[in-house]
Amino acid sequence: MLDWIQSLGHRGLSRLAAFGRAGQLLMQSLIARPEPITMFPLLIKQLYFVGVLSLIIIVVSGGFIGMVLGLQGYTILVDYGSEQAVGQMVALSLVRELAPVVTALLFAGRAGSALTAEIGLMKATEQLASFEMIGVDPMRRIIAPRLWAGFISMPILTIIFSVVGVWGGALVAVEWLGIFDGSFWANMQQAVDFRADVLNGVIKAVVFGFVVTWIAVFEGYDCIPTSEGISQATTRTVVFSSLAVLGLDFLLTALMFGEL
Amino acid sequence: MRMRTMEISVGFLMLAGFLALVVLALNVSGLNLSDQGGGYKVYARFDNIGGLTPRAKVAMSGVQIGEVTAIRLDPQMLMAEVEMKIRDDVDFLSTDSSAQILTSGLLGEQYIGITSGAEDEMLADGDRISDTQSALVLEDLIGKFLFNEVSD
Repeated sequence: MLDWIQSLGHRGLSRLAAFGRAGQLLMQSLIARPEPITMFPLLIKQLYFVGVLSLIIIVVSGGFIGMVLGLQGYTILVDYGSEQAVGQMVALSLVRELAPVVTALLFAGRAGSALTAEIGLMKATEQLASFEMIGVDPMRRIIAPRLWAGFISMPILTIIFSVVGVWGGALVAVEWLGIFDGSFWANMQQAVDFRADVLNGVIKAVVFGFVVTWIAVFEGYDCIPTSEGISQATTRTVVFSSLAVLGLDFLLTALMFGEL
Repeated sequence: MRMRTMEISVGFLMLAGFLALVVLALNVSGLNLSDQGGGYKVYARFDNIGGLTPRAKVAMSGVQIGEVTAIRLDPQMLMAEVEMKIRDDVDFLSTDSSAQILTSGLLGEQYIGITSGAEDEMLADGDRISDTQSALVLEDLIGKFLFNEVSD
C-alpha cells in the first residue's frame, strides 16, 4: 500500500519536473538574444519542412471535409426546405471549429512526430552534446527555429484549410446539388463575422500551433536517448498533443463563443 | 540552389496564407472595406420589431440595399426605433416610402423590406420613415384568431 502511494508520488513529482523542464526549454530558446543572420536560414529550412511539406495533406483533407459537410448539411437541411443555409453551416463549422482542430491534429501527426524523432535522434547520436562542445547553444541553433516554424506555419495552414474547405463545400452544394449560388454565398457572408468567427479561429490556430510544437520539441529534447526511447517519445508527442488540442479547443470555445 | 527552392516555396506558403486570409475576409465573412463609411442613415419607429437584430438586411423587392445598424427604445413614444444605413447608390427612395418587418422563409431571419412611394422628394440622411408595419408576432395572431372565434 505504502509502495503504491510512493510510486504515485514519484510519478507526480517526475511529471511536475517534466513540466518545469518544458518551461525552461521554452524560456531558454525563445528569450535568447536573437541572431537574425544565422537564425533566418535555419528558420526558412524548418518552415519548409514543417509548413510547405504539410500543405498537401492539409489541402486534400480540407477539401474532402468541406465536401462532406456540404453533402451532409444538404441532406439534412433539404428536409426543412432551408438548403440555402448549407453555406453558413459549412463556413461556420469550418472556420470556428474544424479547421483549427483538424489542422492541429494533422499537424501533430505529420510535423510534430517528425520534430520529436529528429531531435530525439540528435540526442541519441550525441549531436546536441557536440554542439555544446564546440560552443554553439543547441537551444538557439536546433530548438528555437523549430519552435518558431511551428508557431508561424500552423495559423497559415489553418487559414488555407478553411478556404479549401469552403470551396469544397461550395463545389458539392452549388455545382453538384444545384443550390442557387447567390443565396449560398449571401447566407454565408451574413452569418460569418470577420472578428468573431475568422479571427477567433486564427487565435485558436495560434494557440494549438504553440502547444503542439512545444510538446513535440520538448518530447524530443527530453527523450531517453535510445531507439526505444525515441519511439516512445514520438508516440507521446502525438497522444499528448492531440489530447491537449481537443481539451484546449473546448476551453477556447467556451471562452470565445459560449457564455460559460 | 537547394536553399533557393526552399526559400521560394516558403515564400509561396506565406503568400498562399495571406491570400487565403483575404478570401476568408472578403468572400466568406463578407467583410466590406469599401462601404464602411458610405451610406446614409434613415430612421423608422415600429410598434414591435419581433426578432430583428442589428446587421439584419434592409431590402427592397428582396434586393439588399443596406443594413440595420442600431435598435433602441424611444422612451417618449414607447416604440422601438431602428436606425438603418442605406447604400449611397440607392438614392431613389421617396419620402413617403414604407418600411415593413418581414421574415425570409418560414423560419428564416427577419429583415426590413422597404417599398417606395410616389413622392418626388427623396429620403436623405437622418430622415424618418413614418409609414411602418410591425413584425408579425405569432402569439398576437393566435390571440386575434381565438378572440374572433369567441365573438362570432
